[in-house]
Amino acid sequence: MAIVRDLFKYNAGFRVGAILLLIVALLAVLSLVSPYAPGDRRVVPKDRPPSVQYLLGTNSLGQDVFWLLTFAIRNSLLISGLAVLIGRSIGVLLGSFSGYVGSLVDRALSSLADAFIVIPRLPLLMLISFILKGQVTVLSLALLLGLLDWAWPSKRYRSQILSLREEEFTKTAVFSGMSTLKIILREHFPFLLPFLLADMVSGFMWAVGMEITLSILGLSDLSTPTVGTMIYWAQYYQALLARRFWWLLAPIGASVLIVVGFYLVSTSLTEYLDPRTRLKRIQIGG
Amino acid sequence: MSLLKRYVVPRLLQWVVVVVTGVTIAFVVPRLLPTDPVEMTLNRVGTFQFMDPQAVESFKSALEELYGLRGTLPQQYLGYWRRLLTGDLGPSLGAFPTPVATIIRNGLPWTVGLLSCTAVTGWLVGIILGVLAGCSPRSLWSQLLDKAFITIMPIPYPILALVLVMLFCYYIPIFPMVGGASGQPALRLSYLGSIVQHAFLPALSLIVGGTAFRFIMAKALASTTVSSDYVQFARMAGVSRRNIILRYVLKNTMLPQITDLGLTLGTVFEGALITEMVFGYPGIGYSLYTAILQADFNLMLGITLFSIVGIATAALLVDLSYPLFDPRIRYT
Repeated sequence: MAIVRDLFKYNAGFRVGAILLLIVALLAVLSLVSPYAPGDRRVVPKDRPPSVQYLLGTNSLGQDVFWLLTFAIRNSLLISGLAVLIGRSIGVLLGSFSGYVGSLVDRALSSLADAFIVIPRLPLLMLISFILKGQVTVLSLALLLGLLDWAWPSKRYRSQILSLREEEFTKTAVFSGMSTLKIILREHFPFLLPFLLADMVSGFMWAVGMEITLSILGLSDLSTPTVGTMIYWAQYYQALLARRFWWLLAPIGASVLIVVGFYLVSTSLTEYLDPRTRLKRIQIGG
Repeated sequence: MSLLKRYVVPRLLQWVVVVVTGVTIAFVVPRLLPTDPVEMTLNRVGTFQFMDPQAVESFKSALEELYGLRGTLPQQYLGYWRRLLTGDLGPSLGAFPTPVATIIRNGLPWTVGLLSCTAVTGWLVGIILGVLAGCSPRSLWSQLLDKAFITIMPIPYPILALVLVMLFCYYIPIFPMVGGASGQPALRLSYLGSIVQHAFLPALSLIVGGTAFRFIMAKALASTTVSSDYVQFARMAGVSRRNIILRYVLKNTMLPQITDLGLTLGTVFEGALITEMVFGYPGIGYSLYTAILQADFNLMLGITLFSIVGIATAALLVDLSYPLFDPRIRYT
């Protein structure tokens, strides 16, 4: 808690990022008290510009853009969060497995990971969700994104573990009779934590972007409001030609808030957690 | 000889692994999913016209033949590779009977042209700006650039493209909305000019995205290089600032960026696909978009396979050119 307070006080990037994320979180929580259900249509007058009664205006489907946005943010965060969890679990497991076991297993897993890094994922995602058309749900979209996003993290953890294995303290632990599992959890995991954090944020941003891309193309679950499907429907009803900019600007603004907020918080946190910059800070202070 | 064995052969093997993995995923996944592409295509055709049962049967078997769904799984897999290696991707269903290979060939020059210009420009501009900013981190312009790029970098690419379309096609309509060129193809100034005019906005969106990423990476690399011992020494020895930046910092910053270029080609390519869809640019990405709209499974599969092989090959070429830039690989 003290760390968060200090970062908030002294690091401008962290401050801006944290405020942006607070706004996003607040909007997502507001979806719980929305007067409408997420699927409601034709409940308010159509195509009204932003006003006191309708904060962000209403759209051609008769939905209140502000309350729709709260649902959209919640669902987008949910999809990306799940995708990150799935992708990182696979990545951490495979990466540490190949790092600890080594030899042939390591070589096979590493080249598979390299292959997944080079392969363009968007056409594959499009092919899969195209075949699944109409059956994509929030959960399956998250699963799909997670299954395609484990290669980078796995590669990173593998190289980290390879270097950790050679450290002096690992040998000390082994010779003093610590079990392998304990070494991994107690001695090595703390070193992986900063990487995991930075990595989760970049995975999160990728998932947000992919959800938006697939939805704009009409390849996701179009009846669930997400940031991407809001853009899809706005485009579908020609919001731009009809100059209903509020309908399109709301999801665009929300996506920018989400990604910039996460990015700023993660860079300032990694900077803080990185042992090298920490040393520098201590020297300056002392 | 030793360079060949130590560096070139493993890269070639890696290329084979990438292509086999990608192509195999594209083979396995459609077979694992509950929906059947043959049924889907049949339904799509069936909604427009009445067909008697016999015609449906023969159409179905023709489709199974086309998608390589005949015989046992290993047989299917072998047939799939055979068709891929002979470049026979079957006809497009949306633009029947144009072969998928022809559609790809028509779109390819547009995509490759747009992609290569923007990738190289964004890469170079990002590195140059990043190195300059890393060398003078306290100046006002470097701080401003830093803030701007940090905001732009994480924004999902389609959002960036949409905002540019909103600004420059609707509110300040100075650029055309769709197409790759206007008028008859000829080596005339007006035609070439129209190509540039149509490509400007898509290119701009790709360059801005690419530059932001490179800038942040190059700046971080340059600022560690600047504080390294040999640069400090050169400065004390009286080497001019220009020489330090060009010969010491820039050169050392370029190397990791070249490795990274190979790895991020896939991402850049994805960006180009989205650009073409948003801007209606007549390349492969636009064909992919029409394939989605027309439920053209064959064209989608063809473009997916083609892009996997294409990107793997491009990444291989970048990797193979690496020894030209890095003497450590050449001589050890």
